Parts: sequence; structure tokens; C-alpha cells
Amino acid sequence: MAMDNSGMEKEKTLLEKGFSSIKHTGDVSTPAGDLSSLEIKMRVRDLDFYYGKFHALHSITMDIPEKRVTAMIGPSGCGKSTLIRCFNRIYELYPRQYATGEILLDGRNILSPKEDLNLLRAQVGMVFQKPTPFPMSVYDNIAFGVRLYENLSRSEMDERVEWALQKAALWKEVKDKLRQIGTALSGGQQQRLCIARAIAVKPEIVLLDEPCSALDPISTAKVEELIDELVSDYTIIIVTHNMQQAARVSDFTAFMYLGKLIEYDSTDKMFTNPVKKETEDYITGRFG
Amino acid sequence: MEMTQNSKDMTIIRRGNAGQILDFIFANSTRICAVIVLLIIFAMMVSLFIGAWPAFKKFGLHFFISDKWNPVTEEFGALVAIYGTIVTSIIAMLIGVPVSFGIAIFITELCPIWLKRPVSTAIELLAAIPSIIYGMWGLFVFAPFFGDHIEPWISEYLGGIPFLGHLFSGPPLGIGVLTAGIILGIMVIPFMASVFRDLFEVVPAVLKESAYGIGATTWEVVKMIVLPYTKIGVVGGVMLGLGRALGETMAVTFVIGNADRLESSLLMPGNTISSSLANQFTEAVGQMYTSSLIALGLILFFITFVVLAVAKFFLLRLTLKEGQRT
Amino acid sequence: MSQLQNINIRLYKRRIKLNFLVLSASLLTTLFGLFWLVWLLVTLFSHGFQYLDLSVFTQPTPPPGEAGGLANAIVGSVIITVMGVLIGAPIGVMAGTFLSEYAMRSRIAPLIRFVNDVLLSAPSIIIGVFIYEVVVVPMGNFSGWAGSLALALIALPIIVRTTEDMLKMVPNTVREAACALGAPRWKMTVAIVYRAAKAGILTGILLAIARISGETAPLLFTALNNQFWSSSLNEPVANLPVVIFQFAMSPYEDWQNLAWAGAFLITLSVLVLNILVRTFLRNR
Repeated sequence: MAMDNSGMEKEKTLLEKGFSSIKHTGDVSTPAGDLSSLEIKMRVRDLDFYYGKFHALHSITMDIPEKRVTAMIGPSGCGKSTLIRCFNRIYELYPRQYATGEILLDGRNILSPKEDLNLLRAQVGMVFQKPTPFPMSVYDNIAFGVRLYENLSRSEMDERVEWALQKAALWKEVKDKLRQIGTALSGGQQQRLCIARAIAVKPEIVLLDEPCSALDPISTAKVEELIDELVSDYTIIIVTHNMQQAARVSDFTAFMYLGKLIEYDSTDKMFTNPVKKETEDYITGRFG
Repeated sequence: MEMTQNSKDMTIIRRGNAGQILDFIFANSTRICAVIVLLIIFAMMVSLFIGAWPAFKKFGLHFFISDKWNPVTEEFGALVAIYGTIVTSIIAMLIGVPVSFGIAIFITELCPIWLKRPVSTAIELLAAIPSIIYGMWGLFVFAPFFGDHIEPWISEYLGGIPFLGHLFSGPPLGIGVLTAGIILGIMVIPFMASVFRDLFEVVPAVLKESAYGIGATTWEVVKMIVLPYTKIGVVGGVMLGLGRALGETMAVTFVIGNADRLESSLLMPGNTISSSLANQFTEAVGQMYTSSLIALGLILFFITFVVLAVAKFFLLRLTLKEGQRT
Repeated sequence: MSQLQNINIRLYKRRIKLNFLVLSASLLTTLFGLFWLVWLLVTLFSHGFQYLDLSVFTQPTPPPGEAGGLANAIVGSVIITVMGVLIGAPIGVMAGTFLSEYAMRSRIAPLIRFVNDVLLSAPSIIIGVFIYEVVVVPMGNFSGWAGSLALALIALPIIVRTTEDMLKMVPNTVREAACALGAPRWKMTVAIVYRAAKAGILTGILLAIARISGETAPLLFTALNNQFWSSSLNEPVANLPVVIFQFAMSPYEDWQNLAWAGAFLITLSVLVLNILVRTFLRNR
């Protein structure tokens, strides 16, 4: 799995330099480029998903580019959250939910029964709709995930916690409250804490499931800035209700409707010149 | 960077395996503990049955209808104890149900807000008082008072009623079946009142408000909205209270008088299944005596099991109904 | 028009009157219920205080006619109760964990839930008979262990029930978040879910302690009683509830007085435990 990372690391850096012109700036007008010219982190092939007898996802096929923001949009119940819940197989927590098809992460099929789910989830982090701080201190919230997979000394752990909180743009606000319980932070801070917790494990992909839907506009803006920051190191997949948000933060956008992937293209193209009529209707607000 | 990356990968792999093994151990130990609960009930039934078998074999079905309980001749029948158990529980329910009901209505509909919490807490605390305390109080305080002041009155005025009269005639001893039933009733009041209160409080405020909104009085809201909405649960709650009364030991043992004769009067001493066990089990000599007592225990277990199953059935229907509504 | 109004007012007055009657009845029943309970508590506390003195805590139970206390019974009760909880709580918490965390895919879970409720409502004296048959008879004598086991069986279903309920109150999102970090399931349960439900699980255990510390019936033929200090749990152990029962039923007045003191102590500790639970839950 991550064994050959160091070799790929160089390749990726080169690639990034090559694409420096399209390096993310958060501006919609930046050309995100064409999928075929990008390194693909995750390939989804003919993915079907079932909640018991209910067929929730129909034969989804899409490529997720590395170190880009991919947004999933669509009316509620269209399956966008379901789709990203397949990417770390969190659905396995519940009985009678299953997926068929293939999801290739760096060429490895993560839907294979041999896949170690805990390791997969360490590699693919996730942040949820509602902030989910654990009932422990801010420090321990972040250290919890790190301790699962790494033996760090006290000072290394301190560094890691600070690093993650810096990355999540939360360090300044909480550096004097590290011993306070995480649930005592404000909603926006809690959500950034959850993001810090997810990236502290150093995953390769970060899944964001409507991360801003429970936040006020100012906190939302902070989280969006954060996404811009993070994309230079991580592959980010975000589910959002809010089309403006998708337009603001993402390079690629997938429009889903009734469990099907209707259209998937660069965000630019999706919002200016969609091919499918359903996409156009949704984006212009004619339904959903 | 490469070093740390590699060492991280190594720990990932090591911990990954350990994690799976620990997962397996943890999941299965919780399962084993859950199965222990199952095995305990199974073992209880089996051991009670084995213990009761000699008595059942010797007396057969006659055990259930015989009112003889004679350790000397080793003739045993369960009728006196079963009769006592059922009669004391009926008396307890006759007192407990309406009073608990009134208390629950008072707390949920009538009580000013500031009084709600103290009354609720008091009721809940009283439900926690051990039954031996009720029994002791019954023996030393209530029974003498009852025998001196109430029972003479009862036998004088109610003893003369045709048919029912013989239930209330006899000497005012203080202790007896009626006293035991009353103590039981007082004991189940806090328990049932808190069950009823919890039930009444799940009635959606919107429903009640809309009834008040068209000008209904408090009683009309209780009758038309609260009761229909909770009636299945109320039956379940009564059954739970009945289960408690049937199986209660200490509160009864003190005041029932421990007499193994079938008496027509409620004022006379009697016995329940649980009080027979409490009074006689350690003193029982001989296999048949012990076995007959265990047989009584098995009957009690069976009765409370049936009552609980009925209660569960009603409460389950309530949750199903709630599920449909939401 | 005016006639219609008349009829309405008459009807209205009848409704108001009925309402008044019913609500008065409800008030009366409340007073009726509280009356007995207040009476009980007042006598208990006045008698209890009257006979409570230092020797109750320092002297062992006396033979009739001599001075003595309840010291051996108090200590015995504490030991039997603590052992009962130590046996019942781990099994109960684990079984509750199974029902809440692992039972989704399990078919035996509804059965276990039902059986747990049967155990919860089983008359405590039946549990005493059961332990007598499976522990006391094979061992050949009454013992403190038998008493602890009987109490453990009473505590067990309470703890299973509250643990399951409290764990179910932990939102699934928290579980998902822990899982999404790559935490194995056991780690998620122990480090996150238990921690989130800590107050609730402790409440269940405290409630179970409150319940078993006053239980008498199951101890009558398991722990029995002992007039002296017990040196081990392999022999009969004195305990407050059984001492109260025997002393109260005895014809000796000084024994009866000690029984009042013991009853007062038990009630006080049960009430204090319950109040603790309440404040604990409120400060969560």
C-alpha cells in the first residue's frame, strides 16, 4: 500500500510542478484542467450500493484526481453521501448495507473482502456533517487517532498536535485550551477540530460530508479557506448541498441524481456549460 | 521523512493485526457475557424444575388444588399460598392502580411547575426504599393501628353484607391477608406512579395543546387525549406493578401471619408463596418439604413470567404504534 | 339564540364541575399516597434515631438481653454487596455492550433482551432458591459467596439494561468519526463510546447497588446470618437485611430496637445513593 509512497512522492511533486498553472487558488475561473491529464488517486468502477433491498447507487463510474478538490452535488437523497461513505467503507458499521463493483485506490480494490478496514480508514479520513468531537480534551481528540497507528514520544506528539491544529487554522484559538474538553468549543471550532483530527493521522484522502451545513457563515468561510490550504497535500472529496460552495472550492464537480452519476467534469465547465439537461436544471435552480 | 514514513508503515501493519485480534476477543467476550444472561434463566428453570420434581411426582396435579400444608405428615398442596398470593396482589392493585393514576395525573397535568420536580423526586425516592422497611413498618406501626381502629369498624359494618360479609368478618388481629394487601398496595404506589407519569409525559404536547385550544378542560384532555394515547402502556404498567406485587416477599412476610390454613376472611392470617418460602425454607427438613417449597417457587416464577410476558406484549405494541406515527 | 346560550352555559358548568371533581380526586389520591409514605418515613427516622448510637457501629450483634450493635452485620453487608457488584457489573456492562454495539447483526439479541427483562422482574426470593440449589447445596453450607452471587444476579439485569440504554444514547456519528480515523471496533467502543456514556453506565451500577443493598429475600437462604464476625466468605456472613428481619420478628425488645436502627441505616444509604445518582446525572 503506502510502501511505495516515497517513490511516488517525487513523481507527484514533479507532476504538480508541471501543473503549477492550475494549482489551486480557490478561484473558480482557474482552469482545473482535464481529468485525463491528471494523476488519478481513486477509480470507481460500476459501483452499486444497497440499503437492504433498496438500490441506492446505480453503476457509478468516476475517476478522482489526486490533490484536487472534487465536489459532489445533487438534491438530498441523490446518493452523494452514500457514495463517499463507500470510499472508506464506513457503511460496514451497519448490517444489510453492501456495495458491489470496484473502487481502486492507487490500483488496489478497497471493496475486496481482504481489505483491512482500519488501515483503509487511516488512509482515507472523513469529516462529518455535524461536528463530532470526542468526549475528551482538545489535545486527546487529535492524539487519539495518531496513537492508533504511531508510537510517538511526548514531544513528537505535541508537535503533531500543533501541526494538525495549525493546518486546520485552529491553533491560535485553542493553544491555551488544549486541556479543555473538545465539546466545550464553539460549533465552528469543533468542526475544524474534527478536520485537524482527521489530518493528524496523515491520510491521503480526506472525505468531507457536508462539513459546513451545521456552521454559521463565518465558520463556513474559514472551513472553505482551510480546504484551499489542504488541497496542496491531500486529495479532497466534498459533499455539499450548496452549489455556490461547490463552485468556490472545487476543481471537479459531480452531479448526482436518484442514485446515478449524471455528469462529472471540471467545475468550470459544469457551472458554465453543462452537457446534460438535468444538470443545467439543477444548477439554475429549476428543481431540487 | 522517508524514515518516519517507513516506521509508520511498520507500526500500521503491526497494529493492524493486533487490532483485528483484539476486535475478535472483545466482540466475543461481550457475546459470551450476553449468553451468560440467557444461560442463567435457563439454569434457573432447570434447577427449579429438578428441585420441584419430587413434589410434583408425588402429588401430581393435586398439588395445585390441595389446601393441605402439613410438614408433619408430609402432605403438601399449593392452594393456600397461591390463593394468598393472588388475593394480596388483587387488594394491592385495587389500592395501587387508582392512587398511582391520580398521582400521575396530578404530576403531569395539575401540579404547578415548581412543585413538579419535588413531588416527582419524592415518588421516585420512595420507590427505591427496600421492601423490608415497608414490612417492618407494617408490622410495628400499621398493623397495630389497623387492628385497633379500622378492623373493628370493617367487621362491624362490612361483615354484615350478604355474600361479601364473610370476607370481612373475624377478630381484629391487625396482621392478616388484608393488611398484607394494603402494605403491598402502598409499596407499589411509587413504582406504578412513576411508570404512569413517564407514560403520560410522552404524549406529544401538540396533541394536548390542540385539545386545550378548542376549550377542553384538563379532565377532558386526560380522558380524550392522554388515556387513549397511552392506554396500552397503562395496561403494561399495571402488569409490571402486578408482577412486583406477586413476587414481593419481605413486605408481606412480616404482616401476613404465616398461617397455612385457607380462611374465608381477609382479616385472618394466611400465606403467600414468597412468604412461605421466606419463613419455612431454611427450616424445612426432609426432601419432600423442601421440594414442595421449591415447587411453590416454580409456580411463582411461572406466574410472574406470564405477567411479564403480557406486560411486554402491551408495551411492545405501544412502541410499535409510536414507530408508525413518527 | 339566547336559549342556545343557556344550554351551552349549563353544559359548560357541568363540564367545569366534573373537571373540578376529578382534579380534586387526583389531588386527594396524591395526598393519600404521600400520606402513607410520609408516615412511614417519619416513624422510621424517629425510631431509627432513637436507637442509633455509637455501639451500633462498634459492637457485634448481641444475644437477646445483652448490649450490642450491628457492626458485624454492617461490615458483612458491605462486603457481600461489593462482591455482588464486582461479579455482576463486568458481566452486565459487557452484555449491555453486546446488545448495543454488536447485536445489530445478531438474532439472539431480542431473546437476550427478553430474558434479561425476565430476570429483572423475577421475584428476588426465587433467585435465592436458585442460588441455594446450585451453590449452597453443592458446597454443603450457607456462605457469603452464595449471598454475593444472589445479589450479583439481581444487579446483573439492571446493569445490562442501563448500559444498553446509555450506549444507545451515544450518537452514531461519534462512532463513525472514531471508525473513520481507523480505530478498530473495540478501541472505538472502549475509548470513545464508553467514555461518552460513562456517567450513564455508572448511574446504572449505582442504581444496582442501591437496589441490592436493601435486598433481603435472596440472602435468607444464601448468606444466612452469623451472630459473630465472619472470617471468610466461605461461611455464613452476617448482613443487615437478614439481621433486621430476624431481630424485628423476635419477641425481644432490644433486638427490635436494633432492627429499627438497622432499618434506618439501610434506608438512609439507599436514599443517599439515589440522590447521588440524581445529582450525578444532572451535573453531567
